[in-house]
Amino acid sequence: MNEVAHNSYKSGSNLERVLAAGHFAVTGELGPPKSHDAGVIRRKAGLLKGCVDAVNITDNQTAIVRMSSIAAGVLLIQEGMDPVIQMTCRDRNRLSMQSDLLGAAALGVKNVLCLTGDHQSFGNHPTAKNVHDLDSIQLIRMVKDMRDDNRFQCGEEIPGGGPRFFIGAAANPFGDPFEFRPYRLAKKVTAGADFIQTQLIYDIPRFREFMKRVVDMGLHEKVFILAGVGPLKSVGMAKYMRDQVPGMIVADEYIERMEAAVKHIDKADKKARAEAWQQEGIRICIEQIQQIREIEGIAGIHIMAIEWEEAIRPIVEGAGLLPRPAIQ
Amino acid sequence: MIVGEQKPLAEIKRMLAGFSKVLIVGCGTCVTVCMAGGEKEVGILASALRMSTRLDGAPIDCDEEVVQRQCEWEYIDPLGARLANYDAVLSLACGIGVQTLVQRFPNVWVVPGLNTTFLGMPPEQGVWEERCQACGECILDQTGGICPIARCSKQLLNGPCGGSQNGVCEVNPETPCAWQLIYERMTAMGKLEKLLEIQPPKNWSTARHGGPRRIIREDLRLPEDYRTA
Repeated sequence: MNEVAHNSYKSGSNLERVLAAGHFAVTGELGPPKSHDAGVIRRKAGLLKGCVDAVNITDNQTAIVRMSSIAAGVLLIQEGMDPVIQMTCRDRNRLSMQSDLLGAAALGVKNVLCLTGDHQSFGNHPTAKNVHDLDSIQLIRMVKDMRDDNRFQCGEEIPGGGPRFFIGAAANPFGDPFEFRPYRLAKKVTAGADFIQTQLIYDIPRFREFMKRVVDMGLHEKVFILAGVGPLKSVGMAKYMRDQVPGMIVADEYIERMEAAVKHIDKADKKARAEAWQQEGIRICIEQIQQIREIEGIAGIHIMAIEWEEAIRPIVEGAGLLPRPAIQ
Repeated sequence: MIVGEQKPLAEIKRMLAGFSKVLIVGCGTCVTVCMAGGEKEVGILASALRMSTRLDGAPIDCDEEVVQRQCEWEYIDPLGARLANYDAVLSLACGIGVQTLVQRFPNVWVVPGLNTTFLGMPPEQGVWEERCQACGECILDQTGGICPIARCSKQLLNGPCGGSQNGVCEVNPETPCAWQLIYERMTAMGKLEKLLEIQPPKNWSTARHGGPRRIIREDLRLPEDYRTA
């Protein structure tokens, strides 16, 4: 059994300690491989180590089968890092979720991010059934009840006490209906979320408006809000995010900047174009972090450098967020 | 048919709390045949509501109406002019009828008086059983005309599971094991060898798992200018 927190911490994870101490937190995303190669996780862990307070591990992201987030999380613990395991409602019913939560806690995982999950029609098994026995808000409440009331979802007592997690949830300031988004966030807070991770932000004015409403509702005082950012890698990626990813807004300004970055480079010189794009993407990301830090109610950032974990160090460094605090 | 069951009176009263004038609208199709929401049931429920709410000291004035099919515009459109006279509509149709009213009359508060239960048939008078889950890709040819998606508790395609005993399902002794029925039928029809084939995972994208479904028949559609709602 995991050690029971004998202090005021909910789980005592590094992420919780950093946030509780009032530091501006930095987390990074790590996508597990479509294989059982632990080396991939270790290599990516090496890129994130020392740059982030916790590493968020996706759970069959975009409904594509990958190594389990809990298993990848345990590999990160072995590397001395603090994993946030994502858990989606798409692939598991409440029995499986609770069983996995017990297992994750037994293996030392202390943070869980509760998500609905992308629909399987977007992934590589589009003919699968989905589960959605619980939705993300019900999952948050279940994890909280396990931790705070030592109860399974059915009400039965958990022998020896429930698993202690620092509970995360997602918020998408760019989904519709925009006016309802802060209220849905409030429901997640009421359900028991300790921290919030937002969708990737590529529209700062809209995010500012969202945060103003969140702050007016006092939610920033009840939950740690981590703003989601990520470096654009090319014009194509920016347009793909704008046009193809549901619930995503990418301001034209960023697409124009990415286009301008390669304006004077010969189209045939693919390597130079890629490098110019990457540099501009990292530069934009650093500027965004600086703008986001000015917004009231933001407790940290979550960097999603999808299949580009190498970008995380230069971004965190460029934003002046190194070294990361060490809290005992 | 779509089989429904009337909600308990107490629940219906909770949904109508605070209203004083309610129109109860039944449906003359499936729920009439399964005796849950036709003319007779509308009348009985209206009387029960009148009596019960009067005894409670908060009487609801209930009017009664039945349309032939609550899931088609042409049958519900004539209701339109009357609806402004009511605080709410209590629909005794299936969930489709409720939503058809809501879509047609967006300013009217409509609540459901039935629990829409399943797609099925009455094997005997007063008994209804589930037969179809509308999975969108019928496999009855593989299972001798007995559907394991609707009738096996685990929706097995390569059943029966270990819980089948004496012809009944482990989940409920009143439920025949679908795979026992399939086995018997395939044996009787001399097609048992078909059950020896391994059935691969089903494509569930045609079922509810792929999201809400829609069929468009361009050969039947009216030209754009003539389409309604």
